[in-house]
Amino acid sequence: MKKRKIELNVNGEAHTISVPPQRTLLEVLREDLGLTGTKEGCSEGECGVCTVLLDGLPVRSCLLFAVDVRGRKVTTIEGVAQGQRLDPIQEAFIEQGAIQCGFCTPGMILSAKALLAHTSSPTEDEIRVAISGNLCRCTGYQKIVKAIRAASREAQRDVGQALR
Amino acid sequence: MTVEFRYIGKSINKVDSVQKALGTAEYINDLSFPKMLRGGVLRSIYPHARILRIDTSRAERLPGVKAVLTAKDVPDCRYGVFIKDEVVFARTKVRYIGEPVAAVAAIDRETVQRALEAIEVEYEELPAVFDPLEAMRPGAPLLHPDLDSYFAIFPAVREGNVCSRTTIVEGDIEEGFKEADVIVEDRFTTQMTHQTYMEPTGAIAVVDPSGKIVVYSSTQAIFVIQSRICESLDIPMSKVRVIAPSVGGGFGGKIETNVQPLCAALALKTNRPVKIVLSREEEFMAMHPRHPAILWGRLGLKKDGRFVAKETVSIFDTGAYSDDGPGVAGFGTLMSRGPYRIPNLKLEGYCVYTNKVRTGAFRGFGNPQTSFASESLIDMAAKEIGMDPLELRLKNALVPGDHSVGNQVLKSVGIKACLEKAAQGVGWKEEKGKCRGRGIASVNHISGLYTAAALVRINEDGTVSLHVGTTDVGQGVDTILVQIAAEELGVPMEDVNLITRDTDAAPYTWATSASRLTYTGGNAVRLAAVDARKQLLHLAARHFESREEDFAVEDKRVFLKRSPEIGLTYRQLADISFWVKGGQIIGKASYMVESPPFDRSGFVGFPFGTMSAYIFAAQAVEVEVDKETGKISVIRCTAAHDVGRAINPHNVEGQIEGGFVQGLGYALTEEMAFDGGKVINPTLAEYKVLNAMDVPPVAAVIVEAYDETGPFGAKGVGEPVLVGVAPAMANAIYDAVGVRIKDLPITPEKILNAIKGEKGGSCSSHPLSGLLPGKS
Repeated sequence: MKKRKIELNVNGEAHTISVPPQRTLLEVLREDLGLTGTKEGCSEGECGVCTVLLDGLPVRSCLLFAVDVRGRKVTTIEGVAQGQRLDPIQEAFIEQGAIQCGFCTPGMILSAKALLAHTSSPTEDEIRVAISGNLCRCTGYQKIVKAIRAASREAQRDVGQALR
Repeated sequence: MTVEFRYIGKSINKVDSVQKALGTAEYINDLSFPKMLRGGVLRSIYPHARILRIDTSRAERLPGVKAVLTAKDVPDCRYGVFIKDEVVFARTKVRYIGEPVAAVAAIDRETVQRALEAIEVEYEELPAVFDPLEAMRPGAPLLHPDLDSYFAIFPAVREGNVCSRTTIVEGDIEEGFKEADVIVEDRFTTQMTHQTYMEPTGAIAVVDPSGKIVVYSSTQAIFVIQSRICESLDIPMSKVRVIAPSVGGGFGGKIETNVQPLCAALALKTNRPVKIVLSREEEFMAMHPRHPAILWGRLGLKKDGRFVAKETVSIFDTGAYSDDGPGVAGFGTLMSRGPYRIPNLKLEGYCVYTNKVRTGAFRGFGNPQTSFASESLIDMAAKEIGMDPLELRLKNALVPGDHSVGNQVLKSVGIKACLEKAAQGVGWKEEKGKCRGRGIASVNHISGLYTAAALVRINEDGTVSLHVGTTDVGQGVDTILVQIAAEELGVPMEDVNLITRDTDAAPYTWATSASRLTYTGGNAVRLAAVDARKQLLHLAARHFESREEDFAVEDKRVFLKRSPEIGLTYRQLADISFWVKGGQIIGKASYMVESPPFDRSGFVGFPFGTMSAYIFAAQAVEVEVDKETGKISVIRCTAAHDVGRAINPHNVEGQIEGGFVQGLGYALTEEMAFDGGKVINPTLAEYKVLNAMDVPPVAAVIVEAYDETGPFGAKGVGEPVLVGVAPAMANAIYDAVGVRIKDLPITPEKILNAIKGEKGGSCSSHPLSGLLPGKS
């Protein structure tokens, strides 16, 4: 099939690549750009391990054709930390013991990131809704929910300090 | 005496959590190699059929196809865990839908797909059998007519489609039941479920320049995979190296072989790296899900609640190959007494072939099945004698000094504390509203099994290399083992270089399995560290011309106890050992679980050696049941686990919480559904794994009944976390609305039918009545 040339902005970096029209965003990220932090778990949009942010909103990259997201801003797990500095959500996941096998972690962190970007102080129910598309088989979600709550408190404290 | 520890008992962050949070941890599908090919598997579409002809010529001619392999291309070898019955490719017949018939290596996935479609296979269908009871009937289609000739690693009792039968007898079962005032008897069934680890299984095989096959693999057991590749392809172990990258969960499903021998054979044929990663559909149709079971039990007790006799028959459906089945059936049978004193026992387990996907190890290993029956029966008995189910359990619960089945003396026994704490957590004694109910279940399990070895090397700069063959699959054993080594050696954890997951670099450890790594692996690491420490002390004592016992270690330094300023740093000691005296300090240990031995006089066909370090738990739930819809709402849940000592409490809680939620899935939603031999819900859309909105908060309670044989008193925790949830749920539902569901999963439909008075399919008769001679 004929390849099409597209521009993608991934983690703030512009890429111009040629892809067949049926190539998924997940394949492009993992195989063309080498960003293997985004995982593949079912290829049918059910498990959520391939979650990335598209213009700040969580999407399943296995369900999207790369050609359909041309020109839009994609954030993957590789774009979450600021250089060597971990994002507060990443720190909270580590501190709270929310990471076991780690395979759901990138998608889970991105779903949490989208939530906290829009809701600075989410309730437990809001957290559970926000990550309900991300399956985890290790933790029973207990420490993940805790970590997201801790990260939101952390974020609030930062805002509070900034205001003072 | 309280000992102050630096690392033991502390919730230290997992050693691999930063890379996992950053997304830089590498899993099998993240690896690639120059000139790497993709592989794929052609699988049987029939549950039982003779292979008449395979024509691969069209596939081989496709551009980009580098190899097509079938049974004729590999040695005629059988492999297996307990019974060597499985083959890399079906040779003369297929026995389940999903069995490998051919494999392809090609330049990309699309070409692999086209090649698989171009392979022609002509089958002649054979009569198939899907139900284990049907499979046990005389005249049933035989899956393995040559069963008797297969090599078994234990004295297997086998006949027809029964590949293993375990019988355990203690006391006098007939006298025991004569003594009983009350006897409860019933029959239960459990379903097939899948581990559903988030990372699909896969492997990459690379032939290195020396001709050695290096297999990268998503596995829980590098040495198991090494040995299976060798026995299935007839290659010496010296020519096979297995490496595990980060592993995205296992829960038992990644212990045994999957695509590794296929990858190895394709790599050998093409002399290029070959990667195969399974699709989710292949995961469901061809991996190692949990055995469905038919469970019958009879419990005799006195009016005052004392248990006097118990008889069980547990029939495990192992699918087309035995895999871990004899172990699952044998272990499930061993666990059928439960953590109670029952003087008279007859426990039987059958492992039966059917034309379905071969089932294997899944968290609990037979115990969830037999515990569902056992712990349901206890509540039924409590009702018969009018006693509180918690009280009945406490009355019969083991105490230190009691015996395991097999007559081992148990010293570390925390079951009573677990029961009390779990009950407390759901407000056992509190008033409860309408349609609310509470249920509890006890669990016993083991955590000491087989062997583990470790090496501790003191490097030139005084840092430590720890070599151990364990595989962390998310549970956190890497962190636990580094904590243990650092504690014993008096070094910071950052100074310990953990060398693991590589059969060429680490000494043997049997699988990440059986809740065993903290105990068995931990013991090996601790003993190796103690050995290295002794050598450091010895070297320092020689240097100061003093006695070893006058010295202690702390902060990377050996010092004189009475004048701590006198001493040598590990770096200084390394300087002496490397350049002057003795050579490199290497601590080593090979640890084997061999005591206390089982009294096997009542065991027939039991497939394991000695097991030890019994772990105990109790799980309790409070539910509300909607009588109109059958919907179950979980109000509260608590799980209390006796882990000996929690080396890392966060890790222990993580196991308890995650396992409990898996147990909820087992109890309420998960089921692999079949049409004949075909899995009809092989997707995550149709196989219901609980998500964050489905799951209630789980209260995890740690009970520490110090085990003097464990590292710092620790035992295991990995599996019992799932075991008691389903029976606790069934008991709570009975408490809420008065219906007893005997068939997992407990769906709203089953509850409604039971409320309406329609019995499910189950009945209380002995499952083998009319089936085997002497059974009625």
